[in-house]
Amino acid sequence: MAQLNTPVNARADRRLAKVRWGRGAVLLVGALYFLVPLAASAYFSVDSRKGIDFHAYTQLLQAPGFLTALQLSLELAVTSVVLLLLVLVPAMIAVRLGAPRLRPVLEFLCSLPLVVPVVALTTGISNVLGWAPQLRATPFYQTLMAIQDQNFPFVLVLAYVPMALPFAYRALDGGLRGVDVRTLVEAARSCGASVPRAVVSVVLPNLRSALLNASVITVAMVLGEFTTAAILGFAPFSVWINSNGKSDGQMSVAVSILSLAIVWLLLLLMNALGRQRRAKA
Amino acid sequence: MTDTAPTQVPSPAAADQFSGGPGAVTGKTPTPTAGRSRRFGGAWLATLPLIAFFLVGFGLPATAIVIGAFTTSSDAPDGGGSFTTANLTHSLQGAYATSLWGSVKLSALTALLGTALGLPLAQAVVTSRFRMLRESVLAGSGVLANFGGVPLAFMFVATLGNSGELTKQFALTKHGWSLYTFTGLSVVYLYFLIPLMILTITPALEGLRVQWREAAANNGATTLQYWRYVALPILLPSLLGGFVLLFGSAFAAYATADAMVGSSIPLVSLQIADALSGNVLVGQGNVAMALGLDMIVVACLVMAVYLPLQRRSAKWLS
Repeated sequence: MAQLNTPVNARADRRLAKVRWGRGAVLLVGALYFLVPLAASAYFSVDSRKGIDFHAYTQLLQAPGFLTALQLSLELAVTSVVLLLLVLVPAMIAVRLGAPRLRPVLEFLCSLPLVVPVVALTTGISNVLGWAPQLRATPFYQTLMAIQDQNFPFVLVLAYVPMALPFAYRALDGGLRGVDVRTLVEAARSCGASVPRAVVSVVLPNLRSALLNASVITVAMVLGEFTTAAILGFAPFSVWINSNGKSDGQMSVAVSILSLAIVWLLLLLMNALGRQRRAKA
Repeated sequence: MTDTAPTQVPSPAAADQFSGGPGAVTGKTPTPTAGRSRRFGGAWLATLPLIAFFLVGFGLPATAIVIGAFTTSSDAPDGGGSFTTANLTHSLQGAYATSLWGSVKLSALTALLGTALGLPLAQAVVTSRFRMLRESVLAGSGVLANFGGVPLAFMFVATLGNSGELTKQFALTKHGWSLYTFTGLSVVYLYFLIPLMILTITPALEGLRVQWREAAANNGATTLQYWRYVALPILLPSLLGGFVLLFGSAFAAYATADAMVGSSIPLVSLQIADALSGNVLVGQGNVAMALGLDMIVVACLVMAVYLPLQRRSAKWLS
């Protein structure tokens, strides 16, 4: 048996050695393609005629409009996350508790935004906002004006929540899969808790990491979102990066690197918490 | 955290319904199924806030696109609002047709390249002996696949743009290089498409059993034959699914292209934004909606191909 196997193994070994070379080359090319732009932009952001200069980082906080734009983006992100969870979580728990027939409907609704590209959705929104003049006599007019307030354009939240819905749904669905909502609520109720109380103090703690996942995905999406905000004429963070780049390219590149670092940190946080949770279970 | 924040989570509608539900206080012995569904009978009310929000934030704009695509715009001679198919016809002619075709070409090319380059990279990573390498590549892919938009454009402008570091270093402009072209944009798109492909195909590659490879080797198959007759047929649904997914994200992308090339490359997403900002012929104001509808149709086709493929590839992963 051993004798029979030897030639095959030798051949396999030889082939393996050959493949390893190919693998090394593939990985090297990949590493170059993905790391060179990072290194080059990092260098670009400090490269000046007089040598290395960190003004793009040190003067960031004083840059005109930077803090306002960042603040607007953060406000939009927080509002979107809170609203998204407020409407999505009760619905997802409810279909598991008492309306299983609505579950496919909910799933369908939550994946529908995937087939409408953001640019297309934005044309629809801008069309709806364009109805304002015809509604001048009705209270809808005031509403349409109020949601377009430059200081806090609520219309963007209205757009971001459906856009984040498919991803948040998937994250929460994954979390709920591991939790028998019905049994938990029944058990809590037989101990005398009301249904809302059972949901809040028994079901939600079990969903902690799923809730966090959904929030992180939504925050990352809102912070990076450009299309809707730019087309509708509002100026959150990503729009600021773009317009600022026309006057100070170095600073915009610096901010781009920083925002990549932020996305990376957010995902790292998500992974770390997920691992902690798995370790406990 | 759980003591404070989530208390607001159940909506008022749901709370009223639940606390007022039969047996909430009395807590009678739980009865089987019939009692169960009666007890949570008002649960569907908790889905109402979501549905209402969805209708306003998504349903209304979506309806507006369809209505807008099939009616004349307010700057039309008839004052607007009457039924027409002219918008759709216009959206498939002239510069708009060029932009649609440009988007399809760019998405197909980058998706193809992303698939062809992502597969060997993913394979190299999956079969790597170093766990650190595997984990860091997968984590990095997660970051880069979620990256994109304006920051990505700026990174590439700093690297390969007209005054980018590499362009200056190697005098690439003299060799005919320009980032602000179809080719340049493809190079940029691959920066998030390849990681997306790696993430999509890795589970399928991990599902390829070592035994299959050994069995093929024992039967005298060369590496090439193994890939041709064993591995690729198994991977095909996942690969096609990944291709379609890449196509969809390249097709819908707007921010990167807008920040990088403005509207110098004909892409449908750029054309829509252009048309929305009023840059259209008189009477064609609603052509943006028609273009939006065209995009939705393409995205629907993409999903119609993707979903069955995904189901099929899931078969091999169990």
